[in-house]
Amino acid sequence: MTEYVLEMKGITKEFPSVKALDNVTFSVRKGEIHALCGENGAGKSTLMKVLSGVYPAGTYSGKILIKGKEASFKNIKESQDAGVAIIYQELALVGEMTLAENLFLGHDLMRSPVINWNEIYKKSMVALEKVGLDLDPQMKVSELTVGKQQLLEIAKALTKETDILILDEPTAALTESDVAVLIKLLNELRKQGVTCIYISHKLGEIMELADSVTILRDGQTISTNSIEYLTEEKIITMMVGRELTELFPYEVHEISDENVLHVENYTSYNKSGKKVVSNINFNVKKGEIVGFSGLMGAGRSELFISLFGGMPGKKEGTVKLNNKTVTIKSPADAIKEGFAYVSEDRKRYGLVLGMDIAKNTTLIALNKVMKLNVISQALEVRAAEEITTKMKLKAPNLDIEVGKLSGGNQQKVVLSKWIMNNPKLLILDEPTRGIDVGAKYEIYKIMNELVQQGVGIVLISSELPEVLGMSDRILVMCEGEITGEFTREEATQEKVMMCATGGEKRD
Amino acid sequence: MINEQTIKKESKLSFKFDLQSYTLIIALICIAIIFTFFTGGEFLSSRNISNLFTQMSIIAVLAVGMTLVIVAGHIDLSVGSIVGVTGGIAAMLQVWQGWSTPVVVLAAIIIGGLIGLWQGWWVAYRAVPAFIVTLGGMLIFRGVLIGLSDGQTISSLNPSFKQIGNSYLPFIPGYIVAAIAVILMIAFTVNGRRKRKEMGLLLLPSVIDYGKVAVYSVVLVVITYMLNRYLGIPIPFLIVAVIALVFMFITTKTAFGRRIYAIGGNPEAAALSGINIKRNTLYVFVSMGALAGVAGVLLTARLNAATVSAGNSYELDAIAACVIGGTSLMGGKGKIFGAIIGALIMASIDNGMSMMNIGAYWQYIVKGLILILAVWVDIISKNK
Repeated sequence: MTEYVLEMKGITKEFPSVKALDNVTFSVRKGEIHALCGENGAGKSTLMKVLSGVYPAGTYSGKILIKGKEASFKNIKESQDAGVAIIYQELALVGEMTLAENLFLGHDLMRSPVINWNEIYKKSMVALEKVGLDLDPQMKVSELTVGKQQLLEIAKALTKETDILILDEPTAALTESDVAVLIKLLNELRKQGVTCIYISHKLGEIMELADSVTILRDGQTISTNSIEYLTEEKIITMMVGRELTELFPYEVHEISDENVLHVENYTSYNKSGKKVVSNINFNVKKGEIVGFSGLMGAGRSELFISLFGGMPGKKEGTVKLNNKTVTIKSPADAIKEGFAYVSEDRKRYGLVLGMDIAKNTTLIALNKVMKLNVISQALEVRAAEEITTKMKLKAPNLDIEVGKLSGGNQQKVVLSKWIMNNPKLLILDEPTRGIDVGAKYEIYKIMNELVQQGVGIVLISSELPEVLGMSDRILVMCEGEITGEFTREEATQEKVMMCATGGEKRD
Repeated sequence: MINEQTIKKESKLSFKFDLQSYTLIIALICIAIIFTFFTGGEFLSSRNISNLFTQMSIIAVLAVGMTLVIVAGHIDLSVGSIVGVTGGIAAMLQVWQGWSTPVVVLAAIIIGGLIGLWQGWWVAYRAVPAFIVTLGGMLIFRGVLIGLSDGQTISSLNPSFKQIGNSYLPFIPGYIVAAIAVILMIAFTVNGRRKRKEMGLLLLPSVIDYGKVAVYSVVLVVITYMLNRYLGIPIPFLIVAVIALVFMFITTKTAFGRRIYAIGGNPEAAALSGINIKRNTLYVFVSMGALAGVAGVLLTARLNAATVSAGNSYELDAIAACVIGGTSLMGGKGKIFGAIIGALIMASIDNGMSMMNIGAYWQYIVKGLILILAVWVDIISKNK
């Protein structure tokens, strides 16, 4: 009986309109890494909110046993005291405070009338060392990379008596090397007997890390299995409830000889005059998907934000859109030329979260739904309906706020917004980050449709399989320069990684 | 499951029950009932309704402009001083220089607009927070007013100027205006339904569409009737109605209006969507300044005088009216109609409490409490 550190039995949670969890059973053994998988909206987050007391006892039915004892948390504090710590996708750190202050925020040490800073710093050093961070505790959190902030969050959880560590999409924003560090740390923690619930869309990580996997679909437990019995394909099939023939629905298609984008000797500086990308030469043809691979910070996003006119600073070189030399000073100029840029951070740069779906989709192509400079609501709703149907957006109606949609559906709204303007060149910057398998697949399908219509697509992605699986041609960037170019046939993970890490350059 | 989905699809254009607007109206009705009860019916007398609409007009004009400013994610603390300085300059130009009323009114509005241009430039193109720019403006323009007027009260304006704030649209033209409004409302609804039908879009049940028109028409006619029982529709109220309609149109039907909401909702996403944030922000402040000029004219006309303290602390009433009307101080959300009702609620409290002979200090306390209450109601309704 006590081999389970956590047992959730028959959990049912209803919201006014939907049954989010329906008789869910979820049991975690002591000292294991237990992956929780499911598409967005399958109920993973709801289940974790039930566990952590965000939804207090009484608002759901079912039983929670922690170390064999029944628990009913009224709030987050109570679940924390019982040893449950959650680290969310959006980190909850205070950027302007020091590492030590963040580590012990809310800790008893911070509550004494006179704070004993020396003790806090000493304990911080120990806590940081535990997660492999060799840093000064008096540093500000804002100076850390996202990967290190993630480790800091884990260190913070470990300063308390934590029996169950829950990681919600911990690697969504991490670079490959940061992911490797995190995986190593979790393996280390497992040896020390920490139990971990790992929520992720990245099945590769799950296969590498997890001991067992529980799959949720539509608010129900589909299965709990030991990892030996599973493959990525099996997990996907159970998650989506149907068989996906392939992860990347690449279709051989015709590529025209005409260039949509042609960039020559392009160098761009940031506001303070520092070189961001240098001496870039490449082209994108009509109907071609060009993948841009590289490590985080290689300058891929910066290159395209700069080309798009979204970055102030000096620029050198020639840019030709549709065989016409253009000077793009602002995003408005770029949009006029048929340029579209889907940002990697959809919440920050892509959407007005408080606005409804229809209004978000027409934000760029507003003139298409206007008559005599007056917005026609009828035209707007029709245009929004058309495009969102094409994008397979799942939403009860078009006047709900975009902020209330799941990540995958939000991304479809961003795509709708740009595609409504009929772009000739579409830049997709990490288009599938934090999106479930089903929605990913649909986005790839949309890409296929667009290239068939002659749109040129640039796919920037940190996920190598995605770049290799969807691109006609792959360019690799490292430290602001293009360091490699491969055709679809030539490219392998090893070759691309070699260029991305600058390995070839240093030969 | 399939059944459920089709139902969902069908209801794509379900009747939007805009709870916020309705809670506001319910609150307004409650306030009216309470005051009517305590004043023995005097609160809803024709004479008092007429007074109420006149009293609310200045704050309502300011609240319309303030809605745009707040939706765009800014604030304007200087409007009280702009009201003072534009109203003061209007009085000076007429009383001291003998300018005619139309020119003076135009001058006041243009000066207001220029002040808005100055402040908008600092906010948009020099990236100084609006709070600071307009806090500075509040001091600067009050100072300008005192300097120009030499601290004097300037009074006795031309009768034509006074009439702007103190005259009424008489009986018959009043009904004509009301009738035109009703006809237009019906025409727009019929036309809108026809267009939707042509495009194959879902329609609301006709009962709801026409029911709404019927309710609005009845309210409009009853108000006109009540006002006509006294002296007619007060001109300041008519001005408010026209301004409100124009700005409702701007906020819901023009690209400029849509962009303001996008900028206030998420400036970074708006910028990457090709929206010129600086220019649109500048326009917002110019419109606020010009509206403050209108309010300055109304105030001077009503008092038949310009004083150095004219418009003092009006900015706070205007902001409160917006917030009570559901405008979010975080930006990106707010409606002109809400701001007008907010202004009416504020004016009702002032008016009703003075009629009950409650000390003026209570008015401040009650208005303050209602402001907090309004935001709290907003927050809990969002958390549901």
